[in-house]
Amino acid sequence: MSKKWAVLAVPVISVLLGLLAGAVIMLVSGNNPAAGYMALWNGAFGDSFYAGETLRQMTPYIFAGLAVAFAFRTGLFNIGVEGQLLVGWLASVWVGVAFELPKVIHLPLAVLAGAAAGAVWGFIPGFLKARLRVHEVIVTIMLNYTALHVTNHFIRNVISDGSDATDVVKESASLRSPFLENLTDFSSLHNGIFLAVIAAIIMWFLLEKTTLGYELRAVGYNQHASEYAGMNVNRNIILSMVISGAFAGIGGSMQGLGTFGNMFINSGFSGIGFDGIAVALLGGNTAVGVVLAALLFGALKVGSLNMPVESGVPNELVEIVIALIIFFVASSYMITWLLSRFKKKEAK
Amino acid sequence: MDYVIEMLGIRKEFNGFVANDNITLQLARGEIHALLGENGAGKSTLMNVLFGLYQPEAGEIKVNGKPVHITNPNIANDLGIGMVHQHFMLVDTFTVTENIILGNEPKKLGTVNLKQAEQKVRELSEQYGLAVDPSAKIADISVGMQQRVEILKTLYRGAEILIFDEPTAVLTPQEIKELIQIMRALIKEGKSIILITHKLKEIMEVCDRVTVIRKGKGIGTVDVSETNPNHLASLMVGRDVTFTTEKTAAEPKQTVLEVRGLSVNDARGVQAVRDLDLEVRAGEIVGICGVDGNGQSELIEAITGLRKVSAGTIELNGKEITSFKPRKVTESGVAHIPQDRHKHGLVLDYPIGANMVLQTYYQKPFSKSGIMNYKEVYKKANTLIEEFDVRTPSETTLARALSGGNQQKAIIGREVDRNPDLLIAAQPTRGLDVGAIEFIHRRLIEQRDNGKAVLLLSFELDEIMNVSDRIAVIYEGQIVAVVDPKETTEQELGLLMAGSKRGAGERV
Ligand SMILES: Nc1ncnc2c1ncn2[C@@H]1O[C@H](COP(=O)(O)OP(=O)(O)OP(=O)(O)O)[C@@H](O)[C@H]1O
Ligand SMILES: [Mg+2]
Repeated sequence: MSKKWAVLAVPVISVLLGLLAGAVIMLVSGNNPAAGYMALWNGAFGDSFYAGETLRQMTPYIFAGLAVAFAFRTGLFNIGVEGQLLVGWLASVWVGVAFELPKVIHLPLAVLAGAAAGAVWGFIPGFLKARLRVHEVIVTIMLNYTALHVTNHFIRNVISDGSDATDVVKESASLRSPFLENLTDFSSLHNGIFLAVIAAIIMWFLLEKTTLGYELRAVGYNQHASEYAGMNVNRNIILSMVISGAFAGIGGSMQGLGTFGNMFINSGFSGIGFDGIAVALLGGNTAVGVVLAALLFGALKVGSLNMPVESGVPNELVEIVIALIIFFVASSYMITWLLSRFKKKEAK
Repeated sequence: MDYVIEMLGIRKEFNGFVANDNITLQLARGEIHALLGENGAGKSTLMNVLFGLYQPEAGEIKVNGKPVHITNPNIANDLGIGMVHQHFMLVDTFTVTENIILGNEPKKLGTVNLKQAEQKVRELSEQYGLAVDPSAKIADISVGMQQRVEILKTLYRGAEILIFDEPTAVLTPQEIKELIQIMRALIKEGKSIILITHKLKEIMEVCDRVTVIRKGKGIGTVDVSETNPNHLASLMVGRDVTFTTEKTAAEPKQTVLEVRGLSVNDARGVQAVRDLDLEVRAGEIVGICGVDGNGQSELIEAITGLRKVSAGTIELNGKEITSFKPRKVTESGVAHIPQDRHKHGLVLDYPIGANMVLQTYYQKPFSKSGIMNYKEVYKKANTLIEEFDVRTPSETTLARALSGGNQQKAIIGREVDRNPDLLIAAQPTRGLDVGAIEFIHRRLIEQRDNGKAVLLLSFELDEIMNVSDRIAVIYEGQIVAVVDPKETTEQELGLLMAGSKRGAGERV
């Protein structure tokens, strides 16, 4: 039994335990768990429309998960993905609305604007940590609120004239894909899913194959040894937050250029940034893991909409089931411990 | 004989790699029993089996004659087995007492009863002559004191059998003397001790019997009264070992390192190096000797760019390198074997192979246009592993999984391989077995013979006397004397280290 096995076992068992606990709760509250989960499955993958919706929902989750995972692998805890995503969303939409350009330029430009805005939002906590040793968790949490109010202000007072939403981005900046829509029975699936997969490959490549990745991970593991080795620790901390923020920012672009086509006043957080933490955790902070975990979260989110309709399980219960899965993922430490106990018994 | 511990035919594997192969160790009541073996022979592994950290694949453990299954350290504690690990496990910001009771707090109405605990710690400390202040913060006490806190921790939990894993590797000579006293006091109170050490002198001095293992296999147990250091060394290594390193007279040439009027502050902002002058020439080894805490570490950190210089200049080959960043110092031709291998020397969570290019990873052939070439990295690593006899299951094994001595050999290989103009070796043989020490000393001398400058920092007077061509004694941040090892004695060095001046006004 090798390490690889354990790497897979822990998240899988977490998910199963979460589903099991969810089943118990459905049972206790007088619902039929089998029917409930059947409805969940149908709502996520039942036909091509639902599958398309699941993939669409998965797209920003991948970016948010990559952002958290990237920071984590380099020794930082980026709780600010939510805020970085919001500013990225706004920047993309603004570029998408304000310019008139051919698609080959306009779309990349709009996505880059999202990345840049997220990067700036990530730079701030990175800089403060590097220069003043302020913990990134505190700064990123505060910047989430700042981002929420700043974007709302921009939408209402700068981009539009007192309206609740921006205009829809130009066709030349849109991620919408008639091909994908046709394929999936007119779901809202857009080209962003391809970008998300490419982003996952980039993250893997950056960390595992590049010289920068060697440095970033070294700094994450041991700052003293990195300094001894002649690496610029402060620069690497900032860079790591910038890259993480850029991933999150593009996650926002997915919403602005793909799913919604515009941006609107948000009264609260979308939650995608926070779910990104769970996605990264479940995915073991690896690129492949993040993609798989994002698929699961996308499926839960989309499929759960079908549960009240098809099986009568109330919406709140669905939220509880999802929360339970996250809980078990977060307690993976406990599961690792249980597994090792189990293994020892076996060995005797 | 009356055995408190019997480990019979123990076998432990790591993914197919056999670290312990049919090893037997029997600890008699009231004895100090040495466990001797080369780096990576499997000593720590065997003790971790006894302490319940690892489960053996085969073999039996008996405590007081009864077979037991020690599946975790709590069971070991309950059986009266305590372990003082080589790398301490203390919380810096807690007091001595808080650390000792951690996980075992005496409760009164749901709150921790610190007074009572402190009283008990004080009593234990007095009983065994440990002289530990129960209310001091860990961060404020010396390494030697921290080790005593670890000892107290085991005693507090009622340990009857104490395992010491290389306790003397981190201590100064004075502290070692005191530790030996403490171990004798423990035996007098009826405890039994297993001691892992590479220092044969210590074994001869305090131990009753010694069990030797070589490459994971038990070689046998001998009475200390019936053996001598040479015999032990050959048992352990499997060949004869020389203790004094042979070398020809140095032929020093031009000055490589020149330090003038250097002042450096320590982490708390107190001046640690004061107006220090030092010179190391090509083709010589200069040994810095002094009592720990007299500015040695700060001096080295200043030269290597890890610490700010507050006054003075540092020149390398006639070019000023004062306040250079570590990378520029490295690129100027300085290599540094750091004192603390876990803090500075290695990224423990990287494969040992990746650690072999810690300073050169961005250079060709390891990196080309920003892309790592791990094939080249591991190729390099393999040659170094081979050349420096680093015992590791493979080059992709995490550095963390290597034995302490093999981690050290890996670092030394990496630094020496760069063939620097100046090699700074801070306690290079800490935790190494006699064979490896001999090997390292030869490499240092080889560097010298190739016309390189070597600056050696060591707390081992033997090492300083054997290897250096000149000895610079450091006291309160200044070089107070430079002596020729052939014309001095350990006594004289001891006096100089304690601050007594020799013919004043000598230029360094
Ligand atoms: N967790 C582990 N996984 C894989 N290999 C290991 C692990 N722990 C130890 N080893 C290997 O087992 C061998 C014995 O290691 P051990 O730490 O017991 O040596 P040691 O005798 O204590 O050496 P030293 O004197 O250098 O401390 C080494 O080759 C080491 O690389
Ligand atoms: Mg060891």
